[in-house]
Amino acid sequence: MENTYYNPADLKKFGNISELQPEMGRKFFDYYGEVFKEGALTEREKALIALAVSHAVQCPYCIDAYTSDCLEKGADENQMMEAVHVAAAIKGGAALVHGVQMMNKIKDLTM
Amino acid sequence: MSIPVKSLKAQHHQFANPAFQLEVLQHAGTEEGDFPLFGAKLQEHELYPLQPTGTTILQVNVGKMCNQTCRHCHVDAGPDRKEIMTRDTMQLCLNALAKSPQLTIVDLTGGAPEMNPDFRWFVEQLSAMGRQVIVRCNLTIILANPKYHDLPEFFKAHRVQVVSSLPYFSASRTDAQRGDGVFEKSIKALQMLNKVGYGQEGSGLELDLVYNPSGAFLPASQKSLEAEFKRRLLSGYDIVFNNLFCITNLPISRYLDYLVESGNYSSYMEKLVNAFNPVAAANVMCRNTISVGWDGGLYDCDFNQMLELKVQPGTPQHIRDFNLTQLDRRQIVLNQHCYGCTAGAGSSCGGSTT
Repeated sequence: MENTYYNPADLKKFGNISELQPEMGRKFFDYYGEVFKEGALTEREKALIALAVSHAVQCPYCIDAYTSDCLEKGADENQMMEAVHVAAAIKGGAALVHGVQMMNKIKDLTM
Repeated sequence: MSIPVKSLKAQHHQFANPAFQLEVLQHAGTEEGDFPLFGAKLQEHELYPLQPTGTTILQVNVGKMCNQTCRHCHVDAGPDRKEIMTRDTMQLCLNALAKSPQLTIVDLTGGAPEMNPDFRWFVEQLSAMGRQVIVRCNLTIILANPKYHDLPEFFKAHRVQVVSSLPYFSASRTDAQRGDGVFEKSIKALQMLNKVGYGQEGSGLELDLVYNPSGAFLPASQKSLEAEFKRRLLSGYDIVFNNLFCITNLPISRYLDYLVESGNYSSYMEKLVNAFNPVAAANVMCRNTISVGWDGGLYDCDFNQMLELKVQPGTPQHIRDFNLTQLDRRQIVLNQHCYGCTAGAGSSCGGSTT
C-alpha cells in the first residue's frame, strides 16, 4: 500500500479496474466514452461540466484529467473558473437551503 | 512567464543546437522505457519507408528574422536572427517552379517573411507565374512599421492566401505565447485585413487563422474550435475569417525548451505517442510538400529544416539542383518529433489531416 491515498500515476491505471470485473468495466467505459461525445452539448461544454462536478465531488484524479481536457477542448481560464464557481454555488446553496429545514424545526420546537 | 527577447541562438542556449535537440528526442520515455522509434511505429502500419504521394507545395522559408520571439517558435526566430534568403536564391526557387508545374502552391514562411527585403519582389514573380501564394503572416508585422501598413492591399493585389497565428480569442492566452500586446495588435491587423475584403464572403480573399495550444496540451477538434473562434471574434471584435487550422506544437527548439523547463516533456511526448493515429500518419504534409531553407537547402518539412535534417542523401540537396521526379522517389527523413504530426486528428501547416 502507498503512503498516501492518492498517487497521480494511478490516474493512467483507471482502465485497470476492468481486470477484476471485465464485463461491468467494459460497459462502464463504453458508456463513459459515449457520454463525452459531441451531442446536444459540445465536447467543450461537457468538459466544463465535468470540471465543475470534479470539484463538487472533490476528486483529484478528475480535476487533473478535466483541467487538461478543458484546455485541450479550447476552454479558457475564465470559463474554467466560472465552472468551479458554479460547483461552489451549488454546494454552498445545498448547505444553505437546508437552513429552511432548520428554521422549520426551530418553529416546531419553540414558542 | 515572461518571454525572453533573445533567440535561443543569441543566448548560446543548448537547445539552439539541433544535435542536442535530437539527442534529447532520442531518449524520451517513461519509467517503462523509451518510446518506440517513429519509423518502427510507421512500420507497424505498413507506412515505412514513408514516401511522397506527389508533391504539389513548395514551402519556402525566406528567413529567420521576426519582430516577435514567440515562446513556442520552432524556428527560434526573432529580431536578432540574420539568416535571410537572398534574391539569387529566390530566383533559384523560381527556376525550380518554372520546370515543375505540379508545384501549384508556394507557401512562404519565416520568421516574418515580410521582413525579407525581397519579399514583395518574390511574391510578384510568383503571382505572375500563376502560382497560388500563401503567406504565413504573424499579423503584428502589419503594424510594426509604417512601411508594412499597406501589406493588406499588397496581399489583395496578388490574391495571396493569408494564414495567421492567433492562439486564442483572449489576450491573456495569446500574449503568454506570443508576447505582451500581441493580441491587441493582432486584432487591429485582422480588422485591417477584413477591411480590404479578407475573410469576407464572396471576396475570394482567403484569411485563415492558426491555433496552436499555449501550453503542454494537444489541440481541440478543429471544427469545434473554429466555430468557437468565429463566434467570439465576431461578437467581440467584428472579425471574420475563413478557416481555423489547428496545429500541434512539435517538440523542437523553443517549445522543446519550454517542455523541459516546465517539467512537461515526458508527459507531452507520451501524449503524442499514445495519440498516434495511422490515418493521420498516412496524410502527413511531407508527402506533398518540399521545404526550402533560407540558404536554398532542401528538407522534408520546416521542422526537419530547423533540425538540419536535409532530404535523403542521394536526392537533390539544394534548390539549384531541384528535380521533382527524383525528389518524389525519396524516403522521408523521420525522427521522434514526427509524432507531433500524427497525434490525434493529425497536424500540418494546413491544420488537421483527418
